[in-house]
Amino acid sequence: MARNVTNTRKWVFTILAWGVALIIFFPILWTILTSFKSEADAVATPPKLLFFNWTLENYHEVQARSDYFGHFLNSVIISLGSTALGLLIAIPAAWAMAFQPGKRTKDVLMWMLSTKMMPAVGVLIPIYILFQRLGLLDSRIGVLCVLMLMNLPIIIWMLYTYFREIPGEILEASRMDGASLWNEILYVLTPMAIPGIASTMLLNIILAWNEAFWTLNLTTSQAAPLTTFIASYSSPEGLFYAKLSAASTMAIAPILIMGWFSQKQLVRGLTFGAVK
Amino acid sequence: MNTTFRSLLGACAVSALALPVAAETTLTIATVNNGDMIRMQKLTDAFTSAHPDIKLQWVTLEENILRQRVTTDIATKGGQYDVVTVGNYEVPIWAKQNWLLPLNDLPADYDADDLVPAVRKALSVDGTLYAAPFYAESAMVMYRKDLVEKAGVTIPESPTWTQIFTAAKAMTDKSGEVYGICLRGKAGWGENMAFLTAMANSYGASWFGMDWKPQFDQPEWKATLSDYVQVMAESGPPGASTNGFNENLALFQQGKCGIWIDATVAAGFVTDPKESKVADQVGFAQFPNKEGVDNHGNWLWSWNLGIPASTKKAEAAKEFVAWATSKGYTDLVASKEGWRAAPPGTRTSLYENPEYQKDAPFAQLTLTSINAVTPDHPSVKETPYTGAQFVSIPEFQAIGTAVGQQFSAAIAGQMKPDQALTSAQQLTTREMTRAGYIK
Amino acid sequence: MATQHQRSLARLMVAPSVGLLLLWMIVPLGMTLWFSFQRYNLLMPGMVEFTGFDNYRYFLSDPGFWISLKNTLIMVAGILAITVLGGTALAILIDQPIFGQGYVRILMIAPFFIMPTVSALVWKNMFMNPVNGLLGQVSRAFGLQPVDWLAQYPLFSIVLIVSWQWLPFATLIFLTSLQSLDREQVEAAEMDGAGVWARFTNLTIPHMGRAITVVVLIETIFLLSVFAEILVTTNGGPGYQTTTLTYLVYTQALLQFDVGGASAGGIVAVILANIVAFFLMRMIGKTLD
Repeated sequence: MARNVTNTRKWVFTILAWGVALIIFFPILWTILTSFKSEADAVATPPKLLFFNWTLENYHEVQARSDYFGHFLNSVIISLGSTALGLLIAIPAAWAMAFQPGKRTKDVLMWMLSTKMMPAVGVLIPIYILFQRLGLLDSRIGVLCVLMLMNLPIIIWMLYTYFREIPGEILEASRMDGASLWNEILYVLTPMAIPGIASTMLLNIILAWNEAFWTLNLTTSQAAPLTTFIASYSSPEGLFYAKLSAASTMAIAPILIMGWFSQKQLVRGLTFGAVK
Repeated sequence: MNTTFRSLLGACAVSALALPVAAETTLTIATVNNGDMIRMQKLTDAFTSAHPDIKLQWVTLEENILRQRVTTDIATKGGQYDVVTVGNYEVPIWAKQNWLLPLNDLPADYDADDLVPAVRKALSVDGTLYAAPFYAESAMVMYRKDLVEKAGVTIPESPTWTQIFTAAKAMTDKSGEVYGICLRGKAGWGENMAFLTAMANSYGASWFGMDWKPQFDQPEWKATLSDYVQVMAESGPPGASTNGFNENLALFQQGKCGIWIDATVAAGFVTDPKESKVADQVGFAQFPNKEGVDNHGNWLWSWNLGIPASTKKAEAAKEFVAWATSKGYTDLVASKEGWRAAPPGTRTSLYENPEYQKDAPFAQLTLTSINAVTPDHPSVKETPYTGAQFVSIPEFQAIGTAVGQQFSAAIAGQMKPDQALTSAQQLTTREMTRAGYIK
Repeated sequence: MATQHQRSLARLMVAPSVGLLLLWMIVPLGMTLWFSFQRYNLLMPGMVEFTGFDNYRYFLSDPGFWISLKNTLIMVAGILAITVLGGTALAILIDQPIFGQGYVRILMIAPFFIMPTVSALVWKNMFMNPVNGLLGQVSRAFGLQPVDWLAQYPLFSIVLIVSWQWLPFATLIFLTSLQSLDREQVEAAEMDGAGVWARFTNLTIPHMGRAITVVVLIETIFLLSVFAEILVTTNGGPGYQTTTLTYLVYTQALLQFDVGGASAGGIVAVILANIVAFFLMRMIGKTLD
């Protein structure tokens, strides 16, 4: 009897969950479908869902017109690079603040968050001019540094929160067993911190991948990532939805695939409760 | 230091000077993403084979971002671009600042006299050309011949606004999803304000009086906005307050509009059977005017290639600019994709070509519309500014957008036209005072 | 129990990040502050002059200023409400035993990966357009008058679009918080006779406290500078209805390359954001301890 109840319950929730998921995913599904339509079909009324002339012309056009792999490479370098650099700086800081909290740790944390309060539009031109003087315009390093600095507060915050989860008793136990500071970090802390670090890393890669304000304004051609690639498809006069959909599909495909494979990591790492 | 040594030094020096000339130059070209520019990118092999020492690096950006990036770069003498795509809004402003190189030494076969006079005038300061026009457009009326016939109305070649309103009302069948007239409504200086400025011009209004005071409190602007709001409420599509060029294009191509008044470049799209459901039913007419006003909107927009003064590759840039806007280029496009695809509006010779007229039935009207434009005095009233469907002052982008927001609220039904006009008057006066125009 | 040695080591480890962020904050902030007191327009170089508080006076007296403030707060509050409540509900849903949990998860997370401009365009043209859009078609099929979303409910439409983008973020964080909930405690409570609702309010919610705090903080930071979605859909209109503080800085200053004005607007935005953060921390900061 109990088994049946569980099964029915499972099916009910499955249907509900799948229904909600499909509704949420629908706009993206629509974009992917539109990428296979002609421009005329893309704006047709009533909107065509599945029955239209499927064509690859948009993908051909996108491939011919712009350098997808060049942009892709730039996106990868910029997002991975800024995240790696950020983690390098943030891990020691978050560790220190989590395990040796001072009187002013809270204030420092809040101040770090407040550095993100400045709207980018207000500070755009000063930064642009600064970059110009330093010769950093259209360079991967330049954009990388900006994105790293933008996300550093978030990285520190998230790591701090994870590290706070790690129970102090384990550390004290290892200390009492005579482990040195270095051993403590390497053999006790790191294994427990890896899930947290991994998910922070993934989150930041995604944020950097989608960052569209600084990447559009500080790059021209050499360092232009996929956000520029997509933006170049918006046309002032002339229909472009199908081509834009194709470009967008090509841009989100890699990150969707990456997200699929790293799901477990992403989910497992974000533990905000007890660490068993 | 004997003579042999000295001559050797001299030879080295000369060869050192000669070397850079033989090396490869890369031109960075900033461009906007529309059909004609995309086409040009595909045809650049013709240029690079004729000029093997020049490489082309294309930067395609969305219009607003392009304008922002290029302006910032030029104003701070950044030197990131060697050739920039600019509109006729920016050219006079930048030329006065000496940010663009004058184009008075282009090769002889460029034939600057062949340029359509109104276009050339809009891009020149004191007679010197500062940007080479790539394509130009004015505005016109596009209408569905079948719907007009069905409603039993007529739209003459040179309609008045009253005739347009009557026709629109007659053609409207909201339950059948046919809307008599589709017009721009999305807020923005280049969106709804482009259309409304032209409409105001044709009503005899102007943006500013000779003392630079805004003219929204005058009867002409009141008439313009009231009529616009009324016709859109009676005969316009829902959602008009966020419709720009592309949205109206989609509506017209799907057969939902009876009349569409917008840039002449739309004519090519709506008559393209691959995209438009109503390609063979489109009629064209001149931009309307109010009875008694000798002004047909004065809409002129051209995308042009300019050379920033900070470039270090002026020679190569000039070669490219001359090539891309030459008669030879037009012939090249025609040979590859037919005369329909030729960049319109810039050269009189194109319009005298019988093959072009055959392939593009709207050609003559486009030329007439462009020729009727007077950028020096866009309004029948005396004005302290030049312009067309915009005002050629640097502050116009912000002012135009703010006023555009008020007017789009008017057709969204959220404020009465009078209220919108008062707000527009207040905020424009405020901006102009701050900018120092109004003492 | 930290020794002196450990304390100074700790400070050393924090130093690089503090130093960098200090630089990152001070240099642009300094430049912005400096420019905000200058009359500096990029299009009119050579006319830079000190002008005191003029830029601030002008920005604060802009007819759209107070409305933009209100819009910003309403927008952020609205999106927070939808994403926190919706995220919690979705997280609980996915946490149930279901078939194909992995697939469901990735489908729900996907919106977070799309560039804001693209999603705004999709929503505007594919769904919200009363003539062409899907929502309009559906309402017509039911015989109802289609709603002109972006004209009648502009701010709500923007809230909807941005919420759709951020819902996955909240769901993900809440999901993992849920999955670390002590099942034994829950079962014990159930055996003690606690109902579903009682279990929810007394066990689940407090456990998720920290997660909720982090989500609220991070989202607030990002939401205060929402920009692309407004640019693509309504351009701040109709009237001032979708003009937020950031957007006001854009239209009033950036569009005419008024560096002085943009800087003053930026400083005002920073001050206001800090006030919001202060109150936020007072309200929920305790859960972080």
